[in-house]
Amino acid sequence: MHQRLLPFAVAFVFAGCGGPTADGPKGPTALRKVAPNELRAPSDFTSIADTRERSRALFLEASRVITHPRCVNCHPNGDIPHQGMNMQLHDPPAVRGPENHGVVGMECTSCHQDKNQELARVPGAPHWALAPISMAWVGKSPRDICEQIKDPKRNGGKTLAQIVEHNAHDELVGWGWHPGADREPVPGTQEQFGAIVAAWAESGAECPAEGARP
Amino acid sequence: MSVRIRVNGVEKTLDVDPEMPLLWALRDVLGLTGTKYGCGQALCGACAVHLDGQVVRACVTPVRRADGHSVTTIEGLAPDGSHPLQRAWVELGVPQCGFCQAGQIMTAAALLKAKPKPSDDEIDQSMAGNLCRCGAYPRIRAAIRKAAGMPEGER
Repeated sequence: MHQRLLPFAVAFVFAGCGGPTADGPKGPTALRKVAPNELRAPSDFTSIADTRERSRALFLEASRVITHPRCVNCHPNGDIPHQGMNMQLHDPPAVRGPENHGVVGMECTSCHQDKNQELARVPGAPHWALAPISMAWVGKSPRDICEQIKDPKRNGGKTLAQIVEHNAHDELVGWGWHPGADREPVPGTQEQFGAIVAAWAESGAECPAEGARP
Repeated sequence: MSVRIRVNGVEKTLDVDPEMPLLWALRDVLGLTGTKYGCGQALCGACAVHLDGQVVRACVTPVRRADGHSVTTIEGLAPDGSHPLQRAWVELGVPQCGFCQAGQIMTAAALLKAKPKPSDDEIDQSMAGNLCRCGAYPRIRAAIRKAAGMPEGER
């Protein structure tokens, strides 16, 4: 009986039985294991000698934040925002509207304030709105998102430097780390995320392969 | 903190906690009880008022957001009840229990101001955040169409 279970036990050990961890990019270079709610620092990637490979790995690390429901929910690929860790459609029914702020009577800021309303559990941050459809992330791979983020035609005309600044300091981006109520925040801190995005940009802003996942 | 708000065209100065929900300030401080408390979580629309013409849920809007701005409640929409929506509401007997109606009318008023001849889809999208537990939705839509000068029942 024990012999029959052994292969499973060995596989479990190699998968990492010390609790959930984020394995980092797959490949020959092993990265420091971190908990799901932690982000690696740029220094964790210096072991990747090839600059382009390091850049791809850095974006995959950033994608652990970018593809989190806290971020993706307001980057829908349709006209309805999502909500919750299960990414259900927004309830009450809200729609994108012509300028990504909802429609008259149901503007995003009809309910969402400039900060979380804890008693009511309504999340809030400055300029609460949907990302334009050109910045849709729902259902997109890290590579797709990376290409979109770099494309001025689909990123609001931003330069790489502006993208770094946006991710490091924008207050609506920063809400992801302070979502209020019992919502799960995105991994790490905004400062750490900004550092990862900056390191990605400085290393050439390479995009990971299509199948690559963090 | 002192908050200055133009409420239904009248300047008011309130000495209240800036985080107090606007609904509390309207109902408990100013005595304007036409705006209703429904869910307290911006889910039902009963507390809808206009802030500089935009619909906001007063139950989750901190009163500081209204500082230096104009707020219109159901009492100020047309004090004599002559707003086209109010007339249509009466003529079609829209309310059943009536609790949600102030919020319904305030949202509809904002809609008609922005879109004087809304389509049914536009009505549905704009009114989607205003719940009516009596299920008066067909009459609400008909009254909006009537107030807009459109046939009541056509799609």
